[in-house]
Amino acid sequence: MLVFENISRAISGLWANKMRALLTMLGIIIGIGSVIGIVSVGQSMTNGISESMREMGVGNITVSIEEKSDENRQGNGNYFIFGRSQPRREDLISDDMIAEYRRAYGDYISHIYRTESVGSGRAQYSLTEEQINAVGAGSEYAAANGLNILTGRFLKEDDERRQRKVCVVSSGLCSRLMPGEDPIGKELDLTINGRLYVFYIVGVYESDSASRTQTVYMPLSTAKRISGADDGYQSITVVPAASTDTQQFTDATERFFASLYSANKNYTASASNMESMVESVTDMMTNVSLAIAVIAGISLLVGGIGVMNIMLVSITERTREIGTRKALGATNGTIMMQFITESVIICAIGGLMGVGVGLIIGNVGANLLGYSAAVSLPTIMAAVRFSMAIGVFFGFYPAGKAARLNPIDALRYE
Amino acid sequence: MEKLIELTDIYKSYTVGGEQLPVLQDINLTVSRGEFVAIVGASGSGKSTLMNIIGALDRPTSGSYMLEGRDIRQMNDKQLSRIRNRKIGFVFQTFNLISRTSAVKNVCLPMLYAGIPADKAMKRARRLLEQVDMGERMKHNPNELSGGQKQRVAIARSMANDPQIILADEPTGALDSVTGRMIMDLFHDLHKKQGKTIVLITHSPQLAQECQRIVSIKDGRIVSEMKGGKYAGF
Repeated sequence: MLVFENISRAISGLWANKMRALLTMLGIIIGIGSVIGIVSVGQSMTNGISESMREMGVGNITVSIEEKSDENRQGNGNYFIFGRSQPRREDLISDDMIAEYRRAYGDYISHIYRTESVGSGRAQYSLTEEQINAVGAGSEYAAANGLNILTGRFLKEDDERRQRKVCVVSSGLCSRLMPGEDPIGKELDLTINGRLYVFYIVGVYESDSASRTQTVYMPLSTAKRISGADDGYQSITVVPAASTDTQQFTDATERFFASLYSANKNYTASASNMESMVESVTDMMTNVSLAIAVIAGISLLVGGIGVMNIMLVSITERTREIGTRKALGATNGTIMMQFITESVIICAIGGLMGVGVGLIIGNVGANLLGYSAAVSLPTIMAAVRFSMAIGVFFGFYPAGKAARLNPIDALRYE
Repeated sequence: MEKLIELTDIYKSYTVGGEQLPVLQDINLTVSRGEFVAIVGASGSGKSTLMNIIGALDRPTSGSYMLEGRDIRQMNDKQLSRIRNRKIGFVFQTFNLISRTSAVKNVCLPMLYAGIPADKAMKRARRLLEQVDMGERMKHNPNELSGGQKQRVAIARSMANDPQIILADEPTGALDSVTGRMIMDLFHDLHKKQGKTIVLITHSPQLAQECQRIVSIKDGRIVSEMKGGKYAGF
């Protein structure tokens, strides 16, 4: 077949001019390499970010109360005088509602947990002080969030009932406040909203010690007393069972709570999950890295021009050969195909080498940024195909020029 | 005898610096099937242009050229390529083998252009090379061959698609007299044994004498036609 003949001819031609071939390919190598490098670093970052968002509980459904929008609001014509009102006790999600919800949908629910944000403050032990974030959590929180208890225990129902001043702290906080000591049973001074409270440490959970502000968990009832909140919750988090379709269950949950709030004049409840948010973040990251890749792709254009230049040189050098081929019966189309094949081969080999370079860049880049490297096969395929397309595009003019050579002029060429 | 090549009132001119420069004028030439014709002339006489026209590499400005009864002037590029591929075998003074390509692949090339499958082409190329006594050097690239060897490969290549006509442009011009002699013997062999029609372009009167007919060309016109046939090879 003439195609194989053309390919082997192109490769032997490149082999005969190794340095020239390499320099010609360099533009393509750099172009493809940077595109693949950027896309795979971007992909690694996207994967890393969405993974850490998932760890934060992307499958969880948050049910929270919100004020009814103005047109839905009934009566209460003077709301604008007071501005947005604080939710009153009857507006909050009550334990009764949660129990009712659990009765209705128990099969679909893995956990429900309630939290109460107390605020940020300082934790003090002997002479050391650290920034903390105090959160009131129900006894189910640890299991629902996959908190890993290293020593001691998590908060219990009993702690909540008795409003105990006990807390569970992170391993990071312990190692900084009391290195080498057993933290269980130690007194910890917490300054929250300007007031000092004394807590006993009952447990330590595993944490990323790098983060500056560490979360301290305390019983919900204790947290409510400190923050002055009413009974009931502004929001609760539902962890659906593994087999539950998150999106469908979110809608069902929203309908359920909305019906409970249908009689409420000012507030309604809505349910949402973080999946859509992860999706939009992922989309954004992908778009950004694609945009950068397109810019990097401009270097491919330069590479393509380099290929075209060397093809023109090669055709001038081989004018006699072209003339001979025409005398032997090659049609214009045959000559055209021969030179387009050659330029596609240059670009394809350059593209493959570029993929190698890109994978190295991607791996090194992702590792430097602390993400695990992600290689996208479709991107590699697209890059190789695109570089071959460049070969066709930039080979077209030189090949056409070769094809149009007058055979006698070509034969006579010195 | 059947007329294979029929040139009638061929006129060819080139435009140089806006002026028409006639290269060939009033060329009337007929070559019959199986003839061995020499076209002789000094350099610049127009004999190469005549060969290009006969070889369907160039079109005359006016006049008619019939090859096997078909009008070459009416043909498009693709049809001309086909004629060059199937009907005519070219042998050049400078051999014009494709570099970095083995002898056998060079011989294959016209067959690949004709659409013959590679394995078949390869088989025939080997046989052709054996016929010109190049069986030992089939895998050699042109730069590893001597001038005479290269020309023998070129002759094998010209025979690839078994054309009726062999057009040889100064085939011994770049060779010493001994190898030149061998190449000429090869042409006589093709003529006698395979009945090929051979048109030999040369500036050497001695070589022309070996052919059956000698056409002398001077300043773009045919000045004489004589009988030759003084070949004592067989």
